[in-house]
Amino acid sequence: MRQGLVRVLGGAAILALLAGAAACNSKSNSTTGSSNKNCGYKIAYFGALTGSSANLGVNIEQGAELAVDQYNDKNGANCITIQKFDSQGSPDVAPGLARSLVTDKKIIGVVGPPFSGESEAADPIFSDAGIPLITPSATRPSLSTHGWKVFHRAVANDDAQGPAAAAYIQNVLKATKVFVADDQSAYGAGLADVVKSKLGSAVVDTDKTAADGKQTDFSATVQKIVASGATAFFYGGYYQNAGLLRKQLTAAGWKGVQVGGDGVNDPGFAKAAGNDAAAGSVVTCPCAPASKASGTFVSDYKTKWNTDAGTYSDVAFDAMNIFLKGIDAGNTTPDKMNTYINSVNYSGVANTYKFTSTGELDSSLIKVWAFKFDASGAVVPDQEAPKS
Amino acid sequence: MNFSGLFHSFGPLTITGLAQGAIIALFALGYTLVYGVLRLINFAHSEVFMVGTFAALYTWGFFGLDQNSPTPSLGAVIGYMLIGLAAAIVVSGITALLVEFVAYRPLRRRNAPPLAFLITAIGASLAISSTVGVFTHQNIKGVPPLIRPATVVHLGNWAITNLQILIIGLALVLMFALDRFINYTRLGRGIRAVAQNPDSAALMGVNKGRVISLVFLIGGLMAGIAAVMYVLKIGDTKFDSGFNLGIEAFTAAVLGGIGNLRGALLGGLLLGVVENYVAGLFGTQWHTVGAFVILIAILMFRPTGLLGESLGRARA
Repeated sequence: MRQGLVRVLGGAAILALLAGAAACNSKSNSTTGSSNKNCGYKIAYFGALTGSSANLGVNIEQGAELAVDQYNDKNGANCITIQKFDSQGSPDVAPGLARSLVTDKKIIGVVGPPFSGESEAADPIFSDAGIPLITPSATRPSLSTHGWKVFHRAVANDDAQGPAAAAYIQNVLKATKVFVADDQSAYGAGLADVVKSKLGSAVVDTDKTAADGKQTDFSATVQKIVASGATAFFYGGYYQNAGLLRKQLTAAGWKGVQVGGDGVNDPGFAKAAGNDAAAGSVVTCPCAPASKASGTFVSDYKTKWNTDAGTYSDVAFDAMNIFLKGIDAGNTTPDKMNTYINSVNYSGVANTYKFTSTGELDSSLIKVWAFKFDASGAVVPDQEAPKS
Repeated sequence: MNFSGLFHSFGPLTITGLAQGAIIALFALGYTLVYGVLRLINFAHSEVFMVGTFAALYTWGFFGLDQNSPTPSLGAVIGYMLIGLAAAIVVSGITALLVEFVAYRPLRRRNAPPLAFLITAIGASLAISSTVGVFTHQNIKGVPPLIRPATVVHLGNWAITNLQILIIGLALVLMFALDRFINYTRLGRGIRAVAQNPDSAALMGVNKGRVISLVFLIGGLMAGIAAVMYVLKIGDTKFDSGFNLGIEAFTAAVLGGIGNLRGALLGGLLLGVVENYVAGLFGTQWHTVGAFVILIAILMFRPTGLLGESLGRARA
């Protein structure tokens, strides 16, 4: 009886081995033999796909994948693959995941990481391995000061976003008493600090919350805000915490305006707060509205993903296209790709991209917009922040 | 240290702390009862609570209510509250009984060492919360605004809202009822007997298995009620919302005297208020640190907790 079982299992194992080998063989045949294009390479997406701030990562991954699909339509199926790495947006998960990414020699570039905290953790590993990265959304200014030659930021950083938020609070909301809080993350605390320094004496009190997804009861912070008499509240952090805060503030009877950064620029904020409470909340973003993206991007995105393009989807689309253009031009090693990106001047659907020597976006190309949540929980563009 | 801020907000911090503490107290009952009878820390109790929150939300969803619905009329609100409470109580109770039946009873039958109970408890907790997380895609679920917070009483800058009165009042009434149940009914006497000495109780004719199931059921019922109060207060729930609150509830149970019902109430209320004061004094990011420092300080001087006695201590 046992012998029979062993024979069956052995036979099945051999069959599986043969099938796997055959599959492997056929795959490698198709990539080398298909065309003269530079195929068989991978660009990685590294960032949140699950977790409390997942939407922000998914928007970017989907924008990047759209670019890869359009490229493969022209150059052969599976010519370039996008390899996804889910960091859950967490700086704890990021380093280990980054180490496994750099061992894959087919990966010659990274779109991401989208969050500043995980960027601080993973970018040194990418830099040591020489893998070029373009982040469509990590805005912490200090990221470009570490001397990482592979770092490129496709948007303005918080040194542009922070003052824009502060200017909006002072000039548009005309608030003289502002409460500032953050979630102690690299992004949230950094942005809140810039806003605090720009607002100066208008800041009546401050507080800190736990990281996004780690706290649901904000009654102590809510109590502080109500007691401070502030008419505007700036929260440096991501949309889930911001939404819960907004909901609990409304329940406590606070009637001021809540302002957030690009981490709050997502319909997930209205889902957490409820449409009524979220209506009127303001978010800034170093991005133009996705609806303003040129060409057919908006409809292409909707056709592929059956949903509207989200925050930074268009920037991620452009970032991936920079990599793809680099591959077209024959830059198929990480080193050559990095040199290519350093000197690129690329007109995409969201913006034109030229990088400085530290990897920042050329300052003449910076855009910062303010958005508002309307009564149905959607984000609508409000106004572009004036260039200071 | 923000003394002026604390002084200025003393009243509101106390009231919101008491409301949060009342929820923690109801939640802590499950831990304290099970420990008193079985000497087991039921880590899965936090998931019993969390499942209750979702049960109430999905029941209200069945009636077409979601977080963007308008607040219904008073009669409808009372009706929805009762239905929500019933759903949460039933689901939490059943979950508690299931956990007891599937996770702990087989171990008891085999006289497993205490470590096996501990690991099973943690495993059950993780299994249930992960499963709910998979089904809800780890998203938060908003709560219909059944109770629009409205200030009922104003004492200076102490504004006491209707929701806070409801939560604190309900917790006090339930604690009183449970206290009378444990101390003045036959079933309650059985619980106290098993807590004192399970084998002697069995010799005296108490059905040990049934008493243990009853203890789990009562803990589950209380957790279900705490769950509904929690969602009305916080406005959202998530697959892991039981976890953090569970740690606080267990801490409250230890603070008040594990195995002691009144201790759970006192511990819960005290913990809620102290956390708020620490948050007001040092900033919200310190509130957990402050609460645990107080806990350690109290345990150093009174290791059995504030009210000390356990469930099984004989009382006339």
